Amino acid sequence: MKNLAGKYKKIICVCSGGCTSSGSGKVLAGLQAAAAEKGLAGKVLVRPVGCHGFCQQGPIVTVEPEKIFYTRVTEADVPDILEALETNRPVERLLYVDPTSGKPVVTYDQIPFYSRQQKLVLEKCGCINPENIEDYLDQGGYKALKKVLSTMTPQEVVDEVKNSGLRGRGGAGFPTGIKWQGALSAKIKDKRYVICNADEGDPGAFMDRSVLEGDPHSVLEGMAICGFATGSHEGYIYVRAEYPLAIKRLKIAIAQAEEYGLLGDNILNSGFNFHIKIKAGAGAFVCGEGTALMASIEGSRGMPRFKTARSTEKGLWGKPTTLNNVETFANIPVIINKGSRWYSSIGTEKSTGTKIFSLTGKVVNTGLVEVPMGVTLRRIIFDIGGGIQNNKKFKAVQAGGPSGGCIPADYLDLPVDYDSLDEVGAMMGSGGLVVLDETTCMVDLARFFLKFTQQESCGKCTPCREGTKRMLEILTRICEGKGTPKDIDDLERLSRVISSTSLCGLGKSAPNPVLSTLKYFRSEYEAHINDKRCPAGVCSNLLVYTIDAAKCTGCGACARACPAGAISGEKKQPHAIDAGLCIKCGSCLQKCKFGAVVKK
Amino acid sequence: MPTCCCQNNAVDDRQKALQRALSKYQNTKGALIPLLQEAQEIYGYLPGEVMQYLSKELKIPFSKVYGVATFYAQFHLQPRGRNVIRVCTGTACHVKGAGGILQSIQESLGIKSGETTADLRYTLETVACLGACGLAPAMMVNNDTYGRLTPAETLQVLKQYK
Amino acid sequence: MSTITLTINGQQVTVPAGSTILKAAEKLGVFIPTLCHHPQLTAVASCRICVVEVTFKGRKKLVPACMTGAQDGMEVETESAAVVESRRTILELLLANHPQDCLTCGQNGDCRLQDYAFRYNVPGAGFSGERHAYKIEDDNPFIIRDMNKCILCGRCVRMCAEIQGDGVIDFAHRGFNTKISTAMDLPLSKSECVFCGNCAAVCPVGALQEKGLRSSARTWEVKKVKTICPYCGTGCSIELNVKDGRVVGVTSCDGEVNGPALCVKGRFGYGFIHHPDRLTTPLIKKNGRFVEASWEETISLVAEKLTGIKNDHGPDALAVLSSARCTNEENYLLQKFTRAVLGTNNIDHCARL
Ligand SMILES: Cc1cc2nc3c(=O)[nH]c(=O)nc-3n(C[C@H](O)[C@H](O)[C@H](O)COP(=O)(O)O)c2cc1C
Ligand code: SF4
Ligand code: SF4
Ligand code: FES
Repeated sequence: MKNLAGKYKKIICVCSGGCTSSGSGKVLAGLQAAAAEKGLAGKVLVRPVGCHGFCQQGPIVTVEPEKIFYTRVTEADVPDILEALETNRPVERLLYVDPTSGKPVVTYDQIPFYSRQQKLVLEKCGCINPENIEDYLDQGGYKALKKVLSTMTPQEVVDEVKNSGLRGRGGAGFPTGIKWQGALSAKIKDKRYVICNADEGDPGAFMDRSVLEGDPHSVLEGMAICGFATGSHEGYIYVRAEYPLAIKRLKIAIAQAEEYGLLGDNILNSGFNFHIKIKAGAGAFVCGEGTALMASIEGSRGMPRFKTARSTEKGLWGKPTTLNNVETFANIPVIINKGSRWYSSIGTEKSTGTKIFSLTGKVVNTGLVEVPMGVTLRRIIFDIGGGIQNNKKFKAVQAGGPSGGCIPADYLDLPVDYDSLDEVGAMMGSGGLVVLDETTCMVDLARFFLKFTQQESCGKCTPCREGTKRMLEILTRICEGKGTPKDIDDLERLSRVISSTSLCGLGKSAPNPVLSTLKYFRSEYEAHINDKRCPAGVCSNLLVYTIDAAKCTGCGACARACPAGAISGEKKQPHAIDAGLCIKCGSCLQKCKFGAVVKK
Repeated sequence: MPTCCCQNNAVDDRQKALQRALSKYQNTKGALIPLLQEAQEIYGYLPGEVMQYLSKELKIPFSKVYGVATFYAQFHLQPRGRNVIRVCTGTACHVKGAGGILQSIQESLGIKSGETTADLRYTLETVACLGACGLAPAMMVNNDTYGRLTPAETLQVLKQYK
Repeated sequence: MSTITLTINGQQVTVPAGSTILKAAEKLGVFIPTLCHHPQLTAVASCRICVVEVTFKGRKKLVPACMTGAQDGMEVETESAAVVESRRTILELLLANHPQDCLTCGQNGDCRLQDYAFRYNVPGAGFSGERHAYKIEDDNPFIIRDMNKCILCGRCVRMCAEIQGDGVIDFAHRGFNTKISTAMDLPLSKSECVFCGNCAAVCPVGALQEKGLRSSARTWEVKKVKTICPYCGTGCSIELNVKDGRVVGVTSCDGEVNGPALCVKGRFGYGFIHHPDRLTTPLIKKNGRFVEASWEETISLVAEKLTGIKNDHGPDALAVLSSARCTNEENYLLQKFTRAVLGTNNIDHCARL
């Protein structure tokens, strides 16, 4: 925290990103009211900030400049937090407890989850009020735009981005500078567009949301710089409908930037005009695909189009269009401010900079993690993520969402970048990492992703529309114990054809979850098909519930819980489950206090 | 349709609101989707006549308006409940037991995903991902997000919505 | 004009810049199957049956021939193993969601799905699972609409929007549930459809069938007789579909004037040809009743009456209205007759009304 610390003695930052869903709104209101009541106005600033990334522990409240980090704060904790400001003794019960040492940690820079990250893009998230442009300016915001407008030519900006080695963070990893060059050199000059892709639809990914909700100006600044570099005066942000808070904050940010002369006509008296409009999506994952997104902005069904020219030649309304992801744009001010040489020294040779991952699933610390490219999966999952919940065994990590694949334990030391992930059959995608433990069934997981892509297929081209449906049906059959050996051949053939003949990336990548699980966990498929067995104990049709007579005390709790009346037995005598009646709901397993119900 | 004066007023107000929306988007390219969004805000869903009206005003074939409205998950062609429950069944939530949450809601409300209770109190839906994966399993009721749910808590939450 | 030279199945071919691979293959006489492609309509590359294997700049991949531009030095394989596997799988997928009732289908013998299944040896649906179960729409006199047979190529949609200019149908819903539909999914009879039948003309399968034609003859039983539509002066080419000496239907045939398009009269207005009420001899009203007469008698009577009126009231008491159903030559003769024989300029034509 820079400057602001000087104006106020203390700043209390309350996460109002993802934490709002765990009740941070009330905490914020409570702190503001109580601080006012105590007459702390000019001394203590209570400010809503963007996501800290450590959502697992939310609602999170931090106190600056000491960097005190409170977790799972509720309204009831408000008086203690304020009192602690005076006594200078942090509220112990709210501190984060290090799971390995069992000791409380006072400040966030001592928490491994944070200390092992490197935040370039998320630097300001979690310490500035996203609804106040002053906070952003205070932290050096819009300096990059000023620099570009006053000292650089468009070609110089494009060169700088090229030299930085930045690659698109939206999934495909296309070099951003080369894309911008395409737009700058496009034949059509009368009109050009910049589009920010904020349709973040990969289930399991929420980094774009955090940036938009926590630091919207960084994206606007990146877009304006792109506009200048590519000769465009009009930008759109396509935000998915499910992110109302992001839309609200963007609207506020755009209005404030216009008021400050940082967007709109004649920005900073440079003669450069740039206007940004928000387009709210209407609920279609495929609209994250570039051509579908443009069709949607144009007011049509979001069906991808076969490209006969690059979008930077012919995009939105047939005009040259530069489409980049939220995180890509948020990297731009950093590159301009610190220089491409500095930027490209971070990460690996072919994947520079940092990447934000959303770490979810069966990992101890779920949340957003920003690390340099090339860091190993082990570091992300174990050092930062704290390992697997409940001391279970790590099985695999699903990278890249529905277009990505599963990476097994053998590759934990894989340095994560665009190319290495591709090589192992996964994908960077937008950066979702779902950690799976031994209780995850890989066939069920593949089915889950296929269900998603199948539901989100636009229906335009035959292989994706009809093929994903059949793949899903086959996977469902296998999970239900009705699979045949031919099913694996069919899955492989369908995968081959769908990925090589589909029109857009959705279809082309839809088979990846199946292909990668078939590659690394084929035996699980075979167990389902040949032995009618689900090794992870997930596929309910294949499970058998029995009662271990030695452990059963005959309390009858299971029999009362069973909705199917499948359990019988005399009082105080071992009970038994009638496999014919059992519907495999698992109620008995949950109810039994003696561990006598066995699921196999 | 039953008519009484108050209802007529409501109808009038909605028409006026739609008119205002239309004039806001006059001469804007790609206005169809934002207008459908506004119309749905106003009417709660997209009645056929409203789509037909927009089609005439925007000079876009009615079939295309229908095609767009049925493409996007956000649009509804049937009336909806006062409270819309959206249970996330995204990856993280799936792994963390979204199935159980959904099932408990379905059982307690007696409706399936995509349906509305007879008293129009709730509409139940599933969504692919709410982007609150760190708080899985999660759901949204109207614009409020709830995370780290258990089936019992979920039912408690729903009771608050009348 | 600049040109491009590429190789298709080992043969070199040179085409104008901007040509698609499909065009280049046509020039060589190399067959590539197509479903969604139609030369008169915007290309969409959605069915993917036309994929070919292209090696270009050291990279090999499958691309749709109908929209991929030919490039200098491209090497194209139109029947490689990967291509054939893809086409077969796509056909199996289409058939897995398509009624297998070729025996009774009116389109039997004139169906691309059938032809390609034969060519690529696809005996039937390769996959079991859910199929569509839409109601067959049969409530209008012109078109039978069976969306269970639709392969979603979208030709009908483009036809209606781009050539007919109506946009009565469009894609609705999405994914597996995508359906070609009118607004609100009403039957055509309750929509703004004008029943030109142009959608049926371009449908590559049996999803849209001309009701009369497809229910009265197998496709191979009819003899197609090319002629010009008699309804108006546009001069659209039509094909009379003749079975056992009777016209059982009209189809379009990519005429020079009209392409694949016709209007409702040209396509469906052929019922009069064999109608029992149709006049086959002139009738003269005698004593309040029409009585069959010979041409000699009739023409003499008309000439006599016309001469009488002209003599009594002058030529301008006469006026002639010609019919849009006449050919240009007939119309020419009629005006000549009016001016030169009757001696009046009172000649007009119904198409002006
Ligand atoms: C089905 C599908 C969904 C996509 N969704 C997104 C998305 O939500 N956000 C995004 O930035 N890119 C998404 N992409 C990638 C975009 O097509 C495009 O590559 C990207 O926005 C370009 O920006 P970048 O170069 O900055 O990554 C998606 C692609 C496909 C095929
Ligand atoms: S691959 Fe799927 S989503 Fe993409 S165009 Fe084809 S049907 Fe639509
Ligand atoms: S009805 Fe025929 S032309 Fe129309 S989309 Fe279906 S198959 Fe194609
Ligand atoms: S004919 Fe080329 S994709 Fe359909």
